[in-house]
Amino acid sequence: MTLPRWADVVLIPLINLFLALLVSGLVVLLIGEDPVNAMKIMVNGAVGSSYGWGYTLFYATNFIFTGLAVAVAFHARLFNIGGEGQAQLGALGVALVALSLPWPHWTVALPFTILGGAVFGAAWAAVPAYLQARRGSHIVITTIMFNFIASALLVYLLVSALKAPGMAPESARFPAGTFLPSARDLFGAFGISFARSPLNVSFLLGLVACYLVWVLLWRTRLGYEIRAYGHSEPAAIYAGISPFRIIMVTMLISGALAGLMAVNAVQGEAQRLLQENVLGAGFVGIAVALMGRSHPVGVLIAAILFGALYQGGAELEFETNVPREMVLVIQALVILFTGALDNMVRDPVKGLFLRLGRRPGADVKAAE
Amino acid sequence: MPGTIHGVIGENGAGKSTLMSILYGFYKADAGEIFIAGRKTAIPDSQAAIAAGIGMVFQHFKLVENFTVLENVVLGAEDGARLTPSLAKARKLLTELAAEYELSVDPDALIQDIGVGMQQRVEILKALYRQADILILDEPTGVLTPAEADHLFRILKGLKAQGKTIILITHKLREIMEVTETVSVMRRGEMTATVKTAETSPAQLAELMVGRKVLLQVDKGRARPSDTVLSVENLRVKDDQGVERVKGISLSVRAGEILGIAGVAGNGQSELLEVLGGIRTGTGRITMNGQEIDLTGKLSDARTRRARGIAHVPEDRHRQGLILDFYAWENVGFGYQDDPAYNHGVLMDNDALRRDTEVKIAKYDVRPADCWQTARNFSGGNQQKIVIARELERNPDLLLVGQPTRGVDIGAIEFIHHQIIALRDAGKAVLLVSVELDEILALSDRIAVMFDGQIMGERLPTETNERELGLLMAGITDTNANAPLPQIVANLARTGGA
Repeated sequence: MTLPRWADVVLIPLINLFLALLVSGLVVLLIGEDPVNAMKIMVNGAVGSSYGWGYTLFYATNFIFTGLAVAVAFHARLFNIGGEGQAQLGALGVALVALSLPWPHWTVALPFTILGGAVFGAAWAAVPAYLQARRGSHIVITTIMFNFIASALLVYLLVSALKAPGMAPESARFPAGTFLPSARDLFGAFGISFARSPLNVSFLLGLVACYLVWVLLWRTRLGYEIRAYGHSEPAAIYAGISPFRIIMVTMLISGALAGLMAVNAVQGEAQRLLQENVLGAGFVGIAVALMGRSHPVGVLIAAILFGALYQGGAELEFETNVPREMVLVIQALVILFTGALDNMVRDPVKGLFLRLGRRPGADVKAAE
Repeated sequence: MPGTIHGVIGENGAGKSTLMSILYGFYKADAGEIFIAGRKTAIPDSQAAIAAGIGMVFQHFKLVENFTVLENVVLGAEDGARLTPSLAKARKLLTELAAEYELSVDPDALIQDIGVGMQQRVEILKALYRQADILILDEPTGVLTPAEADHLFRILKGLKAQGKTIILITHKLREIMEVTETVSVMRRGEMTATVKTAETSPAQLAELMVGRKVLLQVDKGRARPSDTVLSVENLRVKDDQGVERVKGISLSVRAGEILGIAGVAGNGQSELLEVLGGIRTGTGRITMNGQEIDLTGKLSDARTRRARGIAHVPEDRHRQGLILDFYAWENVGFGYQDDPAYNHGVLMDNDALRRDTEVKIAKYDVRPADCWQTARNFSGGNQQKIVIARELERNPDLLLVGQPTRGVDIGAIEFIHHQIIALRDAGKAVLLVSVELDEILALSDRIAVMFDGQIMGERLPTETNERELGLLMAGITDTNANAPLPQIVANLARTGGA
């Protein structure tokens, strides 16, 4: 018995989310705050104003890229935990491109910064991919290790070669010709007022990436082979699909997507290379991919949800006595329910569908 | 009934295994009751089943490979925290049982070192050690040579004489006829009949199983072999552990003939097929239509083999032949995803692939005829039809086909056999690997028997019989002599079987 697609993609994540929020409410109650009020503040803070939306979608853009990165790798049954490191290297790539020339206009700079972020992110994923494909070194271990190396490398560069004059370990500010138009500018062009926020054109880039990943996975031969390999390696070999090629190509795409996050975070917001450009988005990407069932549409929705959690959490912290850690607890609960405890909800829902959907003839094929 | 052997027979998916799993407490029945010796007994889990005196020998043995026979027998039925008394007790019991029922095994041998036949005996001993009165065997002969199967049946008859009840689940009509007193036929989850074996016939049972009359013999005309299509010289293949599984094989297949490779599972046939199919590397020389084939280099993959006109129906459709979570139409393109007919520039032409799937599903009568159903949800026979349709409709020069009807119901077996013969009659070469002697004898124009990675001999189906092939399968080439059973058993133990 397999669930209908809509139940798998929409219903179950919603139930999971509801359960997570329910438990979060209990925890909030436990520390003596009003859960209904807290919920109101979070929702309002995240989506109650154009300011809230701006931040929510800005965070969401980061998570779209890192979520897609994890999702693509998942389809080849590769658990890429290295989105964090690949995004940091992507940040380096974007920064190097942005700082290398006095770019005249963002439209000229953007294709090159995209390329810089993607190539650096992909290159950082290539080494663990090669070690997995040729040596069998487990990709979970190697990508995690590469996160540390990436972080150390970035710190080193920020205190040496790339360091701008001053105290802070950060690069020089990018030339103004690389600044991406913000949502405020874009909406302003149509006469709509939108609050000041870091949301920028990269969000549209994220939507395009979602579409392209969907095309890749379900409309191209490469995607077909990636999915086939992910379901069964022996079958893939039988079909003449080279595991080496699939592992390498999939991880390169995955790393490139993670690296693209930097176009939003570094070029779009910080406009310089910082130590904390990525801020855990690589790890949130794992939760986003899990919750989104590794489908680009699911990833998009989950990324917006997590963006809202981030932004709403910040508001909650700002307006109440709920501590910052509480927000992390809520996020952790969402991850726990959507990722780890998925089967807890899935089986009862399946049972329900089985009972409701028992029509004559419908269960003949399930007899085996 | 105490002291009887009861057969349960039915097509795959008829519900035999499900029924037995319920008896052994793996599944819970939705409704209904179980009576043991007239007493209503609830079996919520396998502990309860054991307590009720039910022992089960599964199709796939549940043994710990790196434990000794003795340890496996005791496992889960230890008397206390200390192992030594249990082991001593088991050793004594094993000696007694061995003497009583021809169930001799070396109690100190490791499971991984003994053959399949022996492993099966360990499973039986496990059940007896737990004082089972009812012994259920699920497809026990699937992995055995005819000689081993005969031995097994002698053991079963001995147990029967001691008052044990034996339930034999099988889809082989011959076994039912040979050893059972009564037989129940299952079809689509229902017991369609329970009859006395002496009062029935194989044809009647087959009809009860399928619900219509079936031909047990394959009708085929004479082969008209012409040019050599595949030629293999001195092929050697190692498995993933580096153990040589094919030890210098030479053979050839001509256009318009079926070469059958007989052998007990695990004697190198799988590796032979995989090398030919481009899944595994090897050394030696293989030519296809006179041109040499790359065995180790860049062009030794399955993609290149397909381009050379080799189609491959793999032995294990779940592991290799299908992506179970892909839709039927995605599986119909599997392995042929490069075909220009399925592509449209960089994008795949999924509509074309689906149209092609509709045609193949109709021609091969795949049920349900739904190209949006995932492969997992088709029955075994229909899954196999999808694979057969995909490979045969390529009209290959050479068809490699492994266990074409494993886990496939009788109706579909008939159909698949006809398709393979039709391909032969169209002047194509077929290399058939099967552990089912009946199938080998029915389909092949020539039979080669493999044992321990070598070909023990070639026979014509018209000039041989099951007994001779059985001896060859056990590694005994002197087929005129009355080979002593211990030698057969020793030979099989050496190869380790499956």
